[in-house]
This record gives sequence, structure tokens and C-alpha cells, in this order.
Amino acid sequence: MSDFGLYADRIRDFDWSVAEKELEYRDGNVINIGWYCSDRICLKGKADKTALIYEGFGGVKKRYTFNDIRVAGNIIGNLLRNLGIKNEDRVCLFMDRIPELYLSFLGVLKIGAIVQPLFSAFGEESLFVRLENAGTRAIITQSKHLSKVRKIRDRLPHLEFIIVVDHVSTKKLEGREIAFSLSESAPVEELEIYPTTAESPSVLHYTSGTTGQPKGVKHVHYSLISQYLTTKWVLDLQGEDIYWCTADPGWVTGTSYGIIGPWSLGITQCVLDQGFSAQAWYRFIDDYKITVWYSAPTAIRSLMRAGDDVVRQFDLASLRHLASVGEPLNAEAVLWSIKMFGKPFHDTFWQTETGCIMITNFPGMKVKPGSMGKPFPGITGAVLDPGNYEPVSEPGTIGLIAFRPGWPSMMRNYWNNEDKYREKFVNGWYLSGDRSSIDNEGYYWFVGRNDDVINTGGHLVSPFEVESALLEHPAVGESAVVSKPDEINMEVVKAFIALKPGFNPSPDLELEIMNFIRKKLSPLAMPQAVEFIDKLPKTRSGKIMRRLLHAQEWGEEIGDISTLEND
Amino acid sequence: MEDIKVLVRDYVIREYLEEGEDITYDSPLISSGYVDSFSMVSLLVFLENKFKIKIPPEKATPEAFDSVNKIVNLVNQYINK
Repeated sequence: MSDFGLYADRIRDFDWSVAEKELEYRDGNVINIGWYCSDRICLKGKADKTALIYEGFGGVKKRYTFNDIRVAGNIIGNLLRNLGIKNEDRVCLFMDRIPELYLSFLGVLKIGAIVQPLFSAFGEESLFVRLENAGTRAIITQSKHLSKVRKIRDRLPHLEFIIVVDHVSTKKLEGREIAFSLSESAPVEELEIYPTTAESPSVLHYTSGTTGQPKGVKHVHYSLISQYLTTKWVLDLQGEDIYWCTADPGWVTGTSYGIIGPWSLGITQCVLDQGFSAQAWYRFIDDYKITVWYSAPTAIRSLMRAGDDVVRQFDLASLRHLASVGEPLNAEAVLWSIKMFGKPFHDTFWQTETGCIMITNFPGMKVKPGSMGKPFPGITGAVLDPGNYEPVSEPGTIGLIAFRPGWPSMMRNYWNNEDKYREKFVNGWYLSGDRSSIDNEGYYWFVGRNDDVINTGGHLVSPFEVESALLEHPAVGESAVVSKPDEINMEVVKAFIALKPGFNPSPDLELEIMNFIRKKLSPLAMPQAVEFIDKLPKTRSGKIMRRLLHAQEWGEEIGDISTLEND
Repeated sequence: MEDIKVLVRDYVIREYLEEGEDITYDSPLISSGYVDSFSMVSLLVFLENKFKIKIPPEKATPEAFDSVNKIVNLVNQYINK
């Protein structure tokens, strides 16, 4: 039986105070996510319960109780505090999914500093723009990623401390670098928790937009209220569940539902820090008897491609509830999961900016395969007419997905970018940038983005960022970056490139450009296809007409080309 | 055969591994996380360019790319076609 009950009952007279009461929080109290996720769970008598089951490359296995993660958070908080890191200083976590990533998250928050998690596959330029924008004072990383940090540190005067969690003494540390070993550190039983309150900043996640550099989405400690309740009601985590969120904490799902949600509920969670393979994933579920699994459509489609036979090699009967996030979950994937696991994946829709699940298929609710579901209680959602930003009333009409601001985990700002933040609100609505329709039963049906941002495998990539980086390649004269349909990732990056005089198209140059972007930005941003063209389509005023190229890739109508420049 | 192995291993080390990392011909590449699913596309392009072959998308699976030896087996299926 799920905790959620009936949708109609839950939305009636809903108030976020439901979560506040369960968390024993009152307006004006201290609220610190690091404390709630570890110390409080220990105080509730679960100190010896397993908090984290970790399996890394080569089969390395580790287990941590809630007391272990409490003490580890204290050790890391103490280290940072002794270095002089203060409340609201930004501390970047730049690590693979190793235990230190999850434990540092708690430690940073406990001392009131702002945690800035970044995807460890980012190249040096992606890392640089985010650290520079945030004015980050410290970064916690691994030896394997140190070379990327070293390449950019001289351009980052604010970056005072580079903490290496797995330093080996045979390698020499350089300026600002500090070796740290969690296992060799003396336990810190008691740490003075910084008295953060509801509006104290907590997490800074970066997201990509159509134009300009990535934006730092600022969240606050009060976000816990939404993250706790959505985890409980949507992911349906209860008592002795064993939970697996496959997202990387470099992205918001990996923190909201890969750390804060489960641990604030005192739930055991598993982490698999290995590359994707269907065999390994099913074996992981079987080995640890995972009951609740939160994954992404790209991964689900990859599992479908691996075939049904591999599923049958494992005992997956422990699975009780399945959910998905990151991009629209296609109906075929839902039907496939019913066939293979006896239950559907429940789609969830939300964003870095919303901090918590906004629209979803709830446990026990009728799932319409391919639909996003209905808004979470307390969330007022609508589809707006793009002409006047008023809600559309006719079922099936496509418009902009929008929400009335005011839920606890709503972003509080874009870091150092008030103008961009304000642009997200019109007529008292928060504009998500996505489009959908609503059917006559109130279910939302995703249509696509309302801008040029590329959603590849559930991660947003800015065409502007890729185009800017491409210009740094010596052969590239101009470029236009658009999305291209992809069976597994929904969309992938495609670059149209006009070469500088003296350079000729070739397969080797195509590969060189792909690798150039992969290393500079990230594998997600790497064009999976490059097309060399003589000149890019432009308006008479010289603006690149990206939509023509997009239409070509998607087989869509080209539309009005009256402004197209003609020779 | 040996040349292909050496070429592929050298390329993987140069392009995908971080400083100080090394692999053998049997080291897992995808399941270890050295090469992610997005980067696999550039590895596929490298193989097709270098050995003048065309590998069908359905054959370019994470399992087929999971070690240098497995990649060499895959390349050999198409190299003389």
C-alpha cells in the first residue's frame, strides 16, 4: 500500500505543513539539510541502519550506516571550517559517484556553506565558467580530475583550496592543493551545525539556456520540505525500502532524490559507480534486492535495446515501484516495463529550477502510457497560450507549461543573474520552457521545448555554449548547433560547420572537432554528427537561422523564410 | 591483428583516460566508465575512419565496445568485407 492514497483526497486542502509537521519544523526554526539527512535520523534511533551501499569500479563495495554518514559529514565540515570556509561560501564537488561525493554534500551544508555539485565528465572549459560564475572558494575532487582543475586554476583567483580525496603520496601536490583521506581522518563526533534558516542558500546547480553562459540555480534549505514530501508520496519510499536513484549528483535529480529525499526519510540507498551495462544494472538490483528504482528514459530505452533475455537471467522480484525522470517517457517504454517487471515506470516531470517533482504519475493512480501525469498537491500548474500567457481551457491545446510560484523548493535566483531570473516569470506564472497539452482528465502530455535548448539523455545542452566552443577550433569559421532525433537519447547534438579558408572537410576533421568539444565541454555536448556546409542560412541582418536546420533534421515544415538571405 | 589492437588501445588511452590511468587489452571500457555512451560515438567514428569500415548501429553496442579485444573482434568482422 502506498503512502499517497487517493489523488483527490491529497489535493483537497493540501498544505505543505504536512511535511513541516513530520519533520518537526516550525516557521523561523533552524533548518539544515545536512543535519536532517544524518544527525536527525540518528536521533530517531536509526544510527545503525544502513544509509549507503556503494559499489564502484572493479567490484569495490562499501557500506555506511546513518551514524557513519553523520560522522563523515562532520569530518568534512570540520576540515572546511578549519580552512576558513564560512557560511554561504561556495564549495564545488567535482567527483565521480564515490562515497566522498555524497558525504561531502552533507559536510558542506552542515557548516552553512553552499554546495556546488558539478558533473565529473565536464571538460575544463565547462568547469571554468561555472567556478568563475560562482566565485567558488574550494573544490573537492579526485586525483583523476586534478589535471582539469590545474589547467584553469590560474584563471580562478577566488579558488583558494583544491582538496584531493584520494591523493597518493608518490604524486606531488601543487599550490592550493590539499590531500585529504576520509578513512584516515580522526572521527569528529560532534560538529556545531551552522544555524541555517529557511531562506539560507543550500545548493547551486548549473543549467543551460538558449543564450548566454550556464545559469547557477540557487536553492535554499527550505527546499527540504518539498523534496521530503515528494520522495515520500511520489517515489513511495517507506521503512525498509532499498532505493536506487541512477542519477549523478552533478545534476539536480542526483541531489534532490539521490541524497536529500531518501536520507531525510531515513531510507537505505544504493549507488553503482560504473558505466552502463544492462547486465550490471540487473545484477545490481538482484544483489541488493532493490525495491524502488528511479531512472531515466535514456537508460530504460538502452535496457530495452539490450533485449528481454538478459532480464530473465536475474531475479528482479524485489522491485516494488519504478519511476523515471529527465525527458518524456515514451509509451513503449512504459508498456515494456509492465511486460518485463510487472509494473510501469511512473514518469515524473520537473526541472533544476523547480527543485522537486511537479507533475507525475502517482503510485496507485491510473498510468496513461506516454503521459506526464498530474501536478503534485500544492502545485498549481497550467498550460498557457504563448500569445497572451493566459491558461488555455480547451483540452488538448498545446501551450507553455507554467506553475504558480511559491512551493518550498522553487529556485530563489540565478546566481549573479537577476535579469534572467525575472525573465522566467510572466503574469504571475513561472515559465518552464517546455510545452505540453492537458487532456480532459487533467493529465499532461509533453510536446517539446519552447526554445533551442537540446535535451539529450535528460541533460540540457545549450547550443550557444557549443557554438562558442566550436569557434575556438582553428578550422571552424562559423557554426550552428541544433538537436537531431535519436532513438535512445531522444535528441543528440548536431553541428553544422562552415570551415575557414584553407581547411577542407574530411572524416578525420569531423572526429577532431567532436573530440575537441568532448574534452572542452563534456561528452554530452559533443556533436554526434557534424555536417560541413559552405555557408550557414542567415537572415538578411546576418542572424543564423537555426530553425531551418532544426526543421531539416526533424523533417518538419520549414515555415516562413522570407527573411532568408539570398546571394 | 596486433596493429589494430595497439592502435585502438593507444587511441583509447590518449582520448578517454585521465592522467595516470592505464588499461590492458581486456580492461572494461564502458562498464568501468572510462568511455561513456556519448563518447562511444566518437570511438565508433574513429574505428570507421581508421579502418575504412562501416559498423551498423545495432552492432555498436556497449557490450561490443567493452574492451580493446572486443572492439578488435568487432572491427575484424567488417574489415575485409
